[in-house]
Amino acid sequence: MHWTNAAAMLIMITSGWKIYNDEVIFGWLHFPEAITLGKYAQHGLQWHFFGMWILAINGLVYLTYGLATGRFREKLLPIRPSEVIATVRDALRLRLDHDDLTHYNAVQKVLYVGIILVGVVVVLSGLAIWKPIQFSELTSLFYDFQTARLVHFLCMAAIVGFLVVHVALAILVPKSLLAMLTGGPVVKRESPDPVRASDPIPVNE
Amino acid sequence: MSIRPPSPSIFRPRKPIDQTVMKENRLLVDEINRRNVLRGALSLGALTMLTGCEPYENQALQTFMRAVSSWNDRAQSLIFRPNHLAPTFSESQVVKPPRFNAYYDVEDVKPVDSAGWKLELAGLIQDKRPWTVQQIAGLPEQELIIRHICVEGWDYIGQWSGVNLRHFLERVGADLTAKYVAFKCADDYTESIDMATALHPQTILATKYAREPISDPFGFPLRLRTATKLGFKNAKWIMAIEVTNEFPDTFWHKQGFNWFAGI
Repeated sequence: MHWTNAAAMLIMITSGWKIYNDEVIFGWLHFPEAITLGKYAQHGLQWHFFGMWILAINGLVYLTYGLATGRFREKLLPIRPSEVIATVRDALRLRLDHDDLTHYNAVQKVLYVGIILVGVVVVLSGLAIWKPIQFSELTSLFYDFQTARLVHFLCMAAIVGFLVVHVALAILVPKSLLAMLTGGPVVKRESPDPVRASDPIPVNE
Repeated sequence: MSIRPPSPSIFRPRKPIDQTVMKENRLLVDEINRRNVLRGALSLGALTMLTGCEPYENQALQTFMRAVSSWNDRAQSLIFRPNHLAPTFSESQVVKPPRFNAYYDVEDVKPVDSAGWKLELAGLIQDKRPWTVQQIAGLPEQELIIRHICVEGWDYIGQWSGVNLRHFLERVGADLTAKYVAFKCADDYTESIDMATALHPQTILATKYAREPISDPFGFPLRLRTATKLGFKNAKWIMAIEVTNEFPDTFWHKQGFNWFAGI
């Protein structure tokens, strides 16, 4: 799911830049044509409205899985501010070693929860600017068409910012990359209160 | 064409020219006519100017992307809400003049002469008599203050008035169960919309902007204004309307833009 999402995100970001260039929000910001996807605007749009299906379907499966299995709660919660500060302090001293790849540190938790929320908002704002009349109720949650478009752009910026940090750190901690590709260490799950038939029934003496 | 008698010129060959090659290829030669050659040359030249034509994009990829785009047409017609109204705005929010858009610049607009203009009707319509500007002005008028959204990403609020398209189609006895309503424009632009959109309460044939006759760059004397489509679907300088079940391909769709283009 991660790599499907990565591919879909890259399609959406680079074709989105192509679409943005056709009518910029900020006069000082044009994306270099070389890093945009599609020959002309219509091809950028074709890619964008193809990628959206992959991104949305994959994202829905991911969210359903994460919520239904309790994986999100287990991996991403709780987030304690003191732990976040401690992890930032460690990171600034370049202590980036992940002793246990199966556990996220507090900063990772903050970033991963944050990026999941940004992912939800980027899809919602995308729907709001794709169908501002059919989904006019949704668009009005973002105030109007242009503000929804701005939110969509800012989410893109947040995702790109996350990507830079995410990829840089994955490269700095090479063993995490290998785990990403192989599926990572096998986690033995034990139910918290195993009840076995063979257990002797405690007898009060 | 008649063959002239041989002239006495010494440059003329003694024996007539061997005609067998010509006979063998008569069919091919018959197909070559000046008009087609000119047309071919023009379109070949135009290919270099048009954006997004086949030579630039991988053919197989384009075929796939067009298939996805048709799939997206169907998805959009499924989420289309026939009676859901687009938000409307107050007169004080109206932008004057509206923003220009076409496949060429505003200074290249060729104004339509309203005296000689007639709206032609074609296809699945009972009463195909053409309409003059005066006749259209006599139809009941509906006003829309709605947001125009361009595929590029810009928008503005405009105030349009004219006859409701559903009302007009009923009036001329159009087959409302047909699939498409197509528009041919004075600048050779072509556009078509699905019948559900044509029958939407906020789809009109506009003749006025901000209570004044639409000015030349914005489609005088008649243009489409629908609240539920992107800007480019709103055909300007309409010359003919056709109701049909056969997909009428359109200017921008041929170049790779999505056909349904709903908002």
